[in-house]
Amino acid sequence: MLKITRRHLLATSLALALAAPAMDANLASAETPPDMLVMAKNIGDIITMDPAEVFEFTAGEVIANVYDRVMMFELEDLTTLVGGVTENADISEDGKTITLKIRSGQTFHSGNPLRAEDVAFSLQRVIKLNKTPVFIFTQFGWNLDNVDSMVVATDESTVKLTIDAEISPGLVLNALSAGVGSVVDKELVLSHEVDSDLGYAWLRTNSAGSGPYQLKTYKANELVMLESNPNYRHGAPAIKRVILRHVPEPSAQRLLIEKGDADMVRNLTPDQIKGLAGNNDVTVNNYPKAGLIYLASNDLHPFLSHPKVREALRYVIDYEGMANSFLEGQYQIHQAFWPAGLWGALEEKPFNFDMAKAMSLLTEAGYAGGENLTIDTLNQSPFQEIAQVIQQNLSQLGIETEIILSEGKTLWPKYRARKHELIIARWSPDYVDPHSNADAFADNPDNRAEAKLTGKLAWRTGWFDPDINAITAQAARELDLGQREKLYKDLQRKVQRVGPFSIMFQHNEQVALRNNIKGFVSGSNFDLVFYRTVTKE
Amino acid sequence: MSDEAKSEEMGRSRRFSPFSSRALKRIGNFLFTVSLTFIGLTAITFIIGRVMPADPVLAIVGDRAPQEVYDATWLALGLDKPLLQQYGIYIWNTLQGDLGTSIMTARPVLQDLIHFFPATLELATVATLAGIFIGVPMGVFAAVHQGSLGDHIVRIIGLFGYSVPIFWLGMVALLVFYAKLSWLPGPGRIEVYYDGIVEPVTRFILLDAALQGEWEIFKNALAHLVLPASMLATFALAYIARMTRSFMLDQLNQEYVLTARVKGLSEFSVIWRHAFRNVLVQLITIIGLTYASLLEGSVLTETVFAWPGIGQYITNSLFNADMNAVIGGTIVVGFCFVGINMLSDALYRFVDPRARG
Repeated sequence: MLKITRRHLLATSLALALAAPAMDANLASAETPPDMLVMAKNIGDIITMDPAEVFEFTAGEVIANVYDRVMMFELEDLTTLVGGVTENADISEDGKTITLKIRSGQTFHSGNPLRAEDVAFSLQRVIKLNKTPVFIFTQFGWNLDNVDSMVVATDESTVKLTIDAEISPGLVLNALSAGVGSVVDKELVLSHEVDSDLGYAWLRTNSAGSGPYQLKTYKANELVMLESNPNYRHGAPAIKRVILRHVPEPSAQRLLIEKGDADMVRNLTPDQIKGLAGNNDVTVNNYPKAGLIYLASNDLHPFLSHPKVREALRYVIDYEGMANSFLEGQYQIHQAFWPAGLWGALEEKPFNFDMAKAMSLLTEAGYAGGENLTIDTLNQSPFQEIAQVIQQNLSQLGIETEIILSEGKTLWPKYRARKHELIIARWSPDYVDPHSNADAFADNPDNRAEAKLTGKLAWRTGWFDPDINAITAQAARELDLGQREKLYKDLQRKVQRVGPFSIMFQHNEQVALRNNIKGFVSGSNFDLVFYRTVTKE
Repeated sequence: MSDEAKSEEMGRSRRFSPFSSRALKRIGNFLFTVSLTFIGLTAITFIIGRVMPADPVLAIVGDRAPQEVYDATWLALGLDKPLLQQYGIYIWNTLQGDLGTSIMTARPVLQDLIHFFPATLELATVATLAGIFIGVPMGVFAAVHQGSLGDHIVRIIGLFGYSVPIFWLGMVALLVFYAKLSWLPGPGRIEVYYDGIVEPVTRFILLDAALQGEWEIFKNALAHLVLPASMLATFALAYIARMTRSFMLDQLNQEYVLTARVKGLSEFSVIWRHAFRNVLVQLITIIGLTYASLLEGSVLTETVFAWPGIGQYITNSLFNADMNAVIGGTIVVGFCFVGINMLSDALYRFVDPRARG
């Protein structure tokens, strides 16, 4: 006979108490609220929310939705540059002065009016803080000493920009659409100023913008919560709250989207995307992005500096094989430094996988076999897989390679110090103008080690070509749009054939969304992502 | 007062006075241990942080930074100063409660630790308690029934819990209990739409929710805790059960156990009052070590379950050369070990009169 003791009762009570939450099905399959967009994403790359400093993908995307910029690419037409807070921009005949007319009636999230003074302050602040993206503005000839006179609010609604460099005003306007072109609320930012930091410490984790959303909460490695701005100039966004939830593990992201606990997930692997094929509640959308993966050789290396060797490397890459296997859906073949789909892009693909041709080029270079090289790359997918394919192909030519996998913080110092031999890396434009990548891949005005032009990839690879430098400078200052486009295409073709870079792939972002989510727009550049038109049906 | 009474009185005062030489010696020992741990941990972590190839400046400015921005940040971080001077400055600031600012979170490290550590503490405590309450009886049962089917099952569970990768186990648990059966919620410490409702007072979400009467949130947080805590508990109970079994087997073969049985004591009394009491000291050591290792933060469990704990914080910081955060996290973990060691010492004295000295 079963004897029920006090011990049994206690154990049963404890078990029931522990099991209680488990029995509540609502806890396990909660649908996200109708006015909230929950996005699961790895947001571990965020280190700042200050637009004068932001240079990472996730933060770039967030501030694009929090701040209006001087100039913008709007989601209605992602290929045409239009005014953001600016109603119109007048360019002087010599191209050295740009007069910005600021739209009237705009307000910040704080309720403060958005004035020309705020625009001037925001641009000056970028130079004064001197953070990484400052080079976007210093190329206009602006510096700490002259910025107050080069960027001036002449009245309540007018800002005059003076350019002191041989640079096209079209390029200047394109550059003003970058994150550093975000307009901050001067009054609010300065109210949080500490030790003349122009509000920098505060703005790293807060916001002071006029965009469709405002930053409500930022918890590093946890979440970013945005709240809609009902007074936005294009109207209040349909979704009141957007939450970017830090879910670093892609498998967990997949479970969340399948269960409906996330409306959208951003970091699924190709296998996981395939696994969603049979799920009728989830759609996978493709968004071509501007991120490139390339192989670079060090021109300071005696073997790799030979032009025929550089050329041979372009033929040992199995572009098709990789794009159709482990890169399927997430990368497409692209072989020029400016991404396909953007103005000025060269979409020619002159190279294919041809080992015989590669061998013949190496023979022309006097190669007798027995070369040993290293391939540096990131210790993450798909970089290590790409490195393995190239390693295998080089081995067939008698070139033995050692793959060195590193974290970015270890890999980049080596690359910047020009200590690599071969490197597989990635690059995304800083703003939507071909000069952004031409400046990196083509321009190297001073190849001396002490010049330390570490921001330029051409310098990092020790590659110096005066003709290429000249074309880069000419394209940057060209006023005629048609001629400028022709120059950039010509430049890409030249770099493609003689440079130390083998551009291989262009990124294609695959986003899994619940079927009731509509209106999400993700443009080519990392910060052309729009939440304001998202709706939930 | 008789001599005997005087001696007893003196003995009592020796035992209780905080100013007795023994008490002072203990306090001295404690301070010495804490200081040595602090200096050792900070020095080693600091030096490793400075000599490893990851560049803390690039972690801040990014790989595209122009050289002048890089150089300005290098100077601002004080990296131009001799290593010893940098260390001295760090220690001086730390003693004043300033652990520096984290690169990754843009917040003071102390604030980060106050934020992230309770999440790990909550998880590790629940896992350890589960490990104790399930693992100890399992181990005792296996030892008493050595060679039986039950013993084999306990040993298999022990082997499983100790050898199965926790990352894999976590994913399987999510797939089964969250995705397929819908019994438990998915990753995260709480549903995102509850975020910000409970005022973070103690930073322990269960406690804060209960204190503020937010029972819906309490329930949600408790449900979120079940899977990750179970994963860690699997490891904890496997280890505790195996060690308990081993310690108990050792005791059950002692002559005093035979004597107790011959004297006619009940089996319950032989096992729990005699044999088990003698393994308590060893068990406390094992439990203390298990708890401390869980407090270090289980990076894999925290990653799979998107649990914002100190393990993920320290690991992310290390990969990003965020050395202020790494050193701060290391100090916390170090002091956890010291604290748990001291607690274990106190418990030794409580359960074993011989340890009272």
